[in-house]
Amino acid sequence: MTDSRNRKDSKKKKKSKNREILFVTYTFVCIFLAMMSYICFYVYTHEEVMINNSYNAGQQMLVLQNRRGSIYSKDGDVLAKTVVQDDGSEVREYPYGEVFSHVVGYSTKGKTGVEALANYYLIQSNAPLNEKMNNNIANQKNPGDSVYTTLETSMQEAAYNALGVYDGAIIATNPKTGEVLAMVSKPGFDPNEIASVWEDLIEDDESSVLLNRATQGLYPPGSTFKIVTALEYLKENPDTYQNYHFTCNGSITIDGSKIKCYHGVNHGYVDLKKSFAKSCNSSFANISTKIDWNAFDKTLDQLLFGQKLPFDMESSVSMINADPDSSAENKIQTSIGQGETLVTPLHMNMITCAIANEGVLKCPYVMDRVENNNGAIMKKFSSNSSKRLMDSDTSQILTELMTEVVENGTATKLSGQLYTAAGKTGSAEYNSESDSHAWFTGFAPAEDPQVCVTVIIEGAGSGGDHAVPIARRVFDAYFSNHRE
Amino acid sequence: MEHYVIALSKYFIAIFLALYTYECFAVFRFQDEERRKGIYTRQIILMFFFHFSAFLTICVQTGELQYLFFYAFQQLAIFATLVLFELFYPTLNRLIVHNMCMLLTIGFIILTRLSFEKAMKQFIIVVISLVISMIIPHFIYKMKFLKNLSWLYALIGIISLGIVLLLGSITNGSKISYTIAGITFQPSEFVKIIFVFFIASALYQSSKFLHVVYVTLVAAVHVLILVVSKDLGGALIFFMTYVLMVYLATHKIRYLLLGLGGGCAASIVAYQIFSHIQTRVQAWRDPWSVIDGDGYQITQSLFSLGRGELFGLGLFKGAPDDIPFVEQDFIFSAVVEEMGLIVGLCLILICLSCFIMFMNISMKLKDRFYQLVAFGLGVLYIFQIFLTIGGDTKFIPLTGVTLPLVSYGGSSVLTILIMFSIIEGLFMIRLDEGAKSARRKQKATRRETTESEPSFRRSRQPEEERQPEEERQPEDDGQQEQER
Repeated sequence: MTDSRNRKDSKKKKKSKNREILFVTYTFVCIFLAMMSYICFYVYTHEEVMINNSYNAGQQMLVLQNRRGSIYSKDGDVLAKTVVQDDGSEVREYPYGEVFSHVVGYSTKGKTGVEALANYYLIQSNAPLNEKMNNNIANQKNPGDSVYTTLETSMQEAAYNALGVYDGAIIATNPKTGEVLAMVSKPGFDPNEIASVWEDLIEDDESSVLLNRATQGLYPPGSTFKIVTALEYLKENPDTYQNYHFTCNGSITIDGSKIKCYHGVNHGYVDLKKSFAKSCNSSFANISTKIDWNAFDKTLDQLLFGQKLPFDMESSVSMINADPDSSAENKIQTSIGQGETLVTPLHMNMITCAIANEGVLKCPYVMDRVENNNGAIMKKFSSNSSKRLMDSDTSQILTELMTEVVENGTATKLSGQLYTAAGKTGSAEYNSESDSHAWFTGFAPAEDPQVCVTVIIEGAGSGGDHAVPIARRVFDAYFSNHRE
Repeated sequence: MEHYVIALSKYFIAIFLALYTYECFAVFRFQDEERRKGIYTRQIILMFFFHFSAFLTICVQTGELQYLFFYAFQQLAIFATLVLFELFYPTLNRLIVHNMCMLLTIGFIILTRLSFEKAMKQFIIVVISLVISMIIPHFIYKMKFLKNLSWLYALIGIISLGIVLLLGSITNGSKISYTIAGITFQPSEFVKIIFVFFIASALYQSSKFLHVVYVTLVAAVHVLILVVSKDLGGALIFFMTYVLMVYLATHKIRYLLLGLGGGCAASIVAYQIFSHIQTRVQAWRDPWSVIDGDGYQITQSLFSLGRGELFGLGLFKGAPDDIPFVEQDFIFSAVVEEMGLIVGLCLILICLSCFIMFMNISMKLKDRFYQLVAFGLGVLYIFQIFLTIGGDTKFIPLTGVTLPLVSYGGSSVLTILIMFSIIEGLFMIRLDEGAKSARRKQKATRRETTESEPSFRRSRQPEEERQPEEERQPEDDGQQEQER
């Protein structure tokens, strides 16, 4: 009897001592399973970032194995390709030369534009295995994957030609999908010659040729900013904005700060629609005293001021000073797009897109898909996120205001077309001599927006006279291409 | 032909190792060594094919005869080990021997690829270590007095570590080795085993509070010396082994929690005091921002892991040499890069299967001292693997310890081989115990039936079944009796 009790005790002891060992064993097994999952997860989620890192020898290894793939426009025109010379050396060719210079970029002397963005795909090869094997035996490189962009050759050429000899930038997007259809920055360069002109381009600080003005150029927005001021006023007075009125005498003085309308024009009695259509500075200065600047500050946040723009290429951050405690002078200047405000054409285009797309910004993108050498699709891209910048009622009213600008306002050079456009002009003064950059940002057709165009021309003069006709040529190119 | 060999062999390498790994766990399905014979035979065949296909690649890739000879010697050493262990110790646990040989094989392959000279040096040390380890199971089995040397172990351990601290040369920023007659020793490796024996012999009889306090103080001296020597990984391994062994010896979860809590507190203090710990944590949290300096090693390791993909780039096709100290601390990344993620994961699983077998042996041992030793060595082993692979993959901060049996390093490989042999000795002790208890049990059963208390034996049965499925290891006593 006692014997069996003893044994039962020892049995209990054995059980409990095994419990500790089991516990430790299971804990380590779990930790190791977690670590193994982590390794797989990490490797697969970080592949692209790691290959793109210049410290990674893997990039160089891929370059030795695969011939860099081609870049195509949306309609299949070659924008960049690698050609093997007779002596076996490789040369990157850009058939369109300067036309696509900034957006497609270059791949020697560092990488920019699509060449940088798509680098990971261009140096990979998804050629069939047997083909790779044959290449291996023949000691040849594998053909790299191709990248198709959202850019349309005809639009890009139209924009490039429309800008003519001026410096500036044009960006055209599809507001419903976020596709970038054209992106031009001038002065441009010929990427075929990049190696030989490199020194000159680097030393030339003045014209900053390599800068992609469409995404990185910072300009005072001028009257195009009245879209934002009007938006704030509409937000605060959704039902009563029609009652707004003001009598313009060609200038206004608030708290000792005087502001004049463009060329001192006297607009007379104006409501909000007419203030906007005629771009009446005095009336908007008046509006600046009526809006809540704390709320305005939040609205600007929502509109992506002071933030990195949701776009994969390098872009600059727009600046603004809407401090509620700042002087009346600053508030007046800010409300008409002067003062300390600086925006990129890309940012202006994004705000316009949101208006055209019921208040929602489809984040723009340029890479459409990746194909292997046999045309099989390896990867398809789309806008990777959308952001609501304003509610759809406000965007509806803004569309009406912007249509009026084209019909009876500062952009009448766009009226009378087969399509109805909507937009806003701007003449942004950038020095004390009243020289101004010409702006236009807008979309068409107003009732069912398909294309959104933003134009800035450096030092040209008024937006209505200079930017609008250029925008029209881009719109025309789009609609002659997309007629049902 | 050559191209096909190189292109295809990497798939075969992965498949052979995956099958081998499967067999490692299939072993746990059977209750006795006899029925595992088929598995063990398959493992040897797979091990041979794995080794062969890897060296076929190496020979074809380099075209140098020296690799062929080196392969022949390696193969000879592995077979000799398998045969001799079998010959000397017929009752040995074969899984442990096989895994030991497999891990050595992986180490030979990757070291040969990284540096022929280092691989040669390592090979010679391994052969000597194997000869030494061949006699150890016998000694462990015979030398029962090892139980009673507790404070002597501590003395030897502390003195060896102390000497290094005073005289040691600086390896990678930490004082952890000294050189006698041209051979560099890293005593913290050997002291690991002595440390486990110390804890086991000090705690197996008494786990009274005051006694545990004394042991803790002595263990703390070990850890502190290592911390001062800046051997962070060593200190962590000693600490973890100690805490878990106390947990097993006392059966008290509060000691475990106290230990781990104290460890965390100590880590935080150490983090505040030592700048080299701060830089390591910094390099772990965001290696990309310090890629030029402290983050260089870990980012190169991550690149290496990322380049590998499932089947690896193939031997000699990658750039694992870009990682500083790749042969010691980052061998795992090199394996993944050139042999693939599958091989890497299999490597982890093989280590895990060793650990489970160690724990299994510990669980079955009735003698407290031997049980603690087996458990302590198991924890030592698995925790070291966790530190090195976790560090290589940025799962945890880098501590700079070797991957047992695979990494380059003489002290490390000798220690681990001794450790495996000790476990084999313990396995034999266990079989002995099993045989004795079977005899006792038979007697008891006879007595019980006469005393009409048959319930005991039946109730005992399910408890034996309590072990988890994968761990259910065999104690077919009848079988073992036969073997005796």
